[in-house]
Amino acid sequence: MSLQEEVDLLRNIPLFAKVEPAKLKFLAFTSQRLTFEPGQALFKQGDMADAAYIIIGGEAEVLVNTPKGEMAVAVVGRNAIVGEIAILCDVPRTATVRAKSKLETLMIAKDLFYRLINEFPSMAVEIMRELARRLEKTTAQLREAMTQIGNR
Amino acid sequence: MEPTIHRFILRYSLKEQIVIMLVTAVSLPFYYFILDLPKTIVNRAIQGKNFPQDFYYWSLDQIPYLITLCFVFLALVFINARFKFHINIMKGRLGERMLRRLRYELYSRILRFPLPHFRKVSQGEIIPMITSEVEALGGFIGDALVLPLHQGGLLLTALFFMFVQDPLLGTFAIALYPLQAYVIPKMQRKVNLLGKERVKVIRKVADRISDTVSGIAEVHVHGTSTYERADFAERMGAIYRIRFDIFQRKFLVKQLNSNIAQLTPFFFYLFGGYLVIAGDLSIGALVAVLAAYKDLAPPWKELLTFYQSQADAVIKYEQVIEQFQPEGTAPPELQEPAPETMPAPSADDRLGIANLAVTDDGGAKLVDGVSFDMGLNEHIAIVGPAGSGKEHLASAIARLVAPSGGRIQLGSDDLLTQPEWRSAQRIAYVGQSSYLFTGTVRENLIYVLKQRPRKAANPDGATAAQRKQWLVEATRAGNTDLDITADWIDYSAAGVADAAELAARCIRMLAVVDLDDDVYQFGLRGTIDPKARPALAARILEARVALRERLKGGEMAALVEPFDEARYNTNATVAENVLFGTQVGPAFDVEKLAENAYVLSVLEKVGLTGDLIAMGRKVAETMVELFAGLPPTHEFFADYSFISAEDLPEFQALLARTAKIAQAEIRPEDRSRLLSLPFKLIPARHRLGLIDEPMQRRLLEARAAFAENLPANLAKSIEFFRSDSYNAAGTLQDNILFGKVAYGQAQAGARLGKVISEVLTTLDLRDAIIEVGIDFSVGVGGSRMSAAQRQKLALARALLRRPQLLICNESTALLDTQAQGKVMDNILRELQGRGVLWVLHRAAFARAFDRIVIMRDGKIVSQGKFADLEGPGAPLHEMLAAE
Repeated sequence: MSLQEEVDLLRNIPLFAKVEPAKLKFLAFTSQRLTFEPGQALFKQGDMADAAYIIIGGEAEVLVNTPKGEMAVAVVGRNAIVGEIAILCDVPRTATVRAKSKLETLMIAKDLFYRLINEFPSMAVEIMRELARRLEKTTAQLREAMTQIGNR
Repeated sequence: MEPTIHRFILRYSLKEQIVIMLVTAVSLPFYYFILDLPKTIVNRAIQGKNFPQDFYYWSLDQIPYLITLCFVFLALVFINARFKFHINIMKGRLGERMLRRLRYELYSRILRFPLPHFRKVSQGEIIPMITSEVEALGGFIGDALVLPLHQGGLLLTALFFMFVQDPLLGTFAIALYPLQAYVIPKMQRKVNLLGKERVKVIRKVADRISDTVSGIAEVHVHGTSTYERADFAERMGAIYRIRFDIFQRKFLVKQLNSNIAQLTPFFFYLFGGYLVIAGDLSIGALVAVLAAYKDLAPPWKELLTFYQSQADAVIKYEQVIEQFQPEGTAPPELQEPAPETMPAPSADDRLGIANLAVTDDGGAKLVDGVSFDMGLNEHIAIVGPAGSGKEHLASAIARLVAPSGGRIQLGSDDLLTQPEWRSAQRIAYVGQSSYLFTGTVRENLIYVLKQRPRKAANPDGATAAQRKQWLVEATRAGNTDLDITADWIDYSAAGVADAAELAARCIRMLAVVDLDDDVYQFGLRGTIDPKARPALAARILEARVALRERLKGGEMAALVEPFDEARYNTNATVAENVLFGTQVGPAFDVEKLAENAYVLSVLEKVGLTGDLIAMGRKVAETMVELFAGLPPTHEFFADYSFISAEDLPEFQALLARTAKIAQAEIRPEDRSRLLSLPFKLIPARHRLGLIDEPMQRRLLEARAAFAENLPANLAKSIEFFRSDSYNAAGTLQDNILFGKVAYGQAQAGARLGKVISEVLTTLDLRDAIIEVGIDFSVGVGGSRMSAAQRQKLALARALLRRPQLLICNESTALLDTQAQGKVMDNILRELQGRGVLWVLHRAAFARAFDRIVIMRDGKIVSQGKFADLEGPGAPLHEMLAAE
């Protein structure tokens, strides 16, 4: 796939919708296209974080370690971004992400990610929105779990 | 060592000195004749009357007589020159031998210094002492006795001659000597003191420089280079003052001397002239005396210079020697060479330690009356808190520190007084951080097997004779005649018969210390000469085929794009695709490819030049577009850009300059700048869409043309990728992979590494790769290896010699916890039935040992089995809890 095609692809991702094309080209050029085989991990919980991944094609599952072993908490697909929390907060990976099918990703280095957010507030808003959505979902799950414990 | 240089000279060179003196003495009469002959020539040949004159058996007329005397004079000049030459050669040889002896002795002493002494002296001080400071002594030693004798003899001869001519003139000649003899030593004494000071200051400077080099990182990070310079300037100032002072005084001495020397002819002309006029002296005699006086000056000058350099040498020698006799220097017997057949050590011996005490410089007791006993089949752990003295106990048993009291017995041997080879034969020791010598992994491993030459080197004919002469010369200077070029490896000590078995044992020991994977990686990154090792090269080619088969069709096929002569490799650079080989030497350096005449001619031939320049323009445009806004220091420049940050503005200008003109009008230097860019393009990585199918085909044409017409003088600059032959310029891994790791495949390197390892294991090639890896150079002091790797290597070499007792002094503390456990278990298993004494930094590791010794405050407080000591209230319990 050529750089130009990649730029077109990036433009269709909501996160980058408002980023100017020249910057998208830079993003595409300096980011690595990585293909993962099914079952291969993008990263593991507890690893040090150096990049975020944008899923271009395929599906991946998000897993967290529990005392009973790994537990799947979400499945993500095309246009999703994973691994951004660890590089935003500078903490080790909070979950493991593993390819469910053959997975095409764009790996964005931490440094580049920060630059883009600084330069394009719209990207920051988009990420905020995504994070808020996830928080809302997690809160709902927590509420449900607590209700269940209360009922017992 | 001899306390003064003169005693050193007399002790080691008296015989040679006497020979030289005798030769010198024999030469003196000839010198006298040479002085005397001019008088005869003037008085009897030129001014003579009664011819023919008798000359020995002949009777000669005036002219033949003159000619004969002149030829005799000429012959005497030659004889004198020969004498001078021979005497100088003898002196030079003697001086060099004595210098060699002195240096050897000093170095030997370093080897025998007590270890704590190295905390007080720095390399910066010791090195110049042996190298430069003693250098001047060689010249002096050659002259030490001969020069005063020779020059003094010349002086006396000349004086004697003058006295014979006329006692009065002779008296004039020496009239001022008493004055000189009084004044000069007085001035010299001051110069000597200054000389002493100079040596000291220069040593301090050397020490300071080595300090700066060691701490260079600190200087940089703390920004103290100005401070360091000021400090250095201060020291230079001191040296300047001393040296200039010395210079002034030395020059004054010389000046005074030459003034006096010029005063003497005044007497000659005045009184000698008067005597001639009065008829009491012949004119010939006056001429001869004047000539003799002229000859008086050089020996006198030589003697004076000698006097000064002697003073210098005496100081230097004393100042060096006093640095080389620290208290506690081991006697030479402790380091005698091992005997050819070493007595086999008894396996039933026990290590017995009685009342052992070790004190530090200040007299504090580090180990305080420790006694214990162990069999050479026991595994014992020593644990204790910091300051318990456990590491000092281990150092003492390894003889690295001298105990202040007590005994260490190994069987019937007193460990502390036996020669080092003997204890090294039985005991191995590994400390906390071990040193690796510059060389390969292999050299560092077999280092421990080299106690003495085992098999004489076997040079042929002329070389053998030369070698013998070489060693004879070594003994003449008191050096050892054990031949360093012989085979020093004691195979039997490692329990092997030959080099091949030794290599196998090395590999096994690397596995024991868990270093085999690392060395395997070194091997994969190493190169071999396929001509020297054709069998291995052939097997690597087998692995290449096997890997290809293994990857074929599977999910990992995408991980590598193989080299194929008929196909364009999209994961390789354009340069690699055109050259289709590995460059050897600088001829085809990718940075300079666009300037290489042959490459340019190939491109021209296939009609690619224009297109590549156009491509270069596009690359430059893209780079300028993408990177122009980036700060020049940004890491992306290094990681992604084709153009460095400094060159970017230049390319911007270049693009503007060439925007509106036809390609043919572009300046040559701009053309080659543009042309250099596409060579670095990797289609799969850069995805710029510039190298489409048709372009790939044309680049393949260039590849064919490049190989076809390669001139003979460039043939050695490239190793082509050939699927059926080994590429000598590539690493083993390159040769096995025979392709490019594909971009865009997650963890491609790691996954491929695993497959390669599997393939090599199946083919039973892993050990062969490790054997290539053990020829990996560890760098200066092991700097190319990590601290943990160095430590593992040190353990491996300690095991290599199959010691009866291995002493480990927190040897694995630098390894991570998991590796520590593994390495320790492996070593204990390897040394089953042999003795191990392991000082542990963590008590938890003691579980694997037969017996635990607990130390506190330099004393043994408790010992026993782990199980008995770990319970609540037991001494180990607290230590385990604290970890």
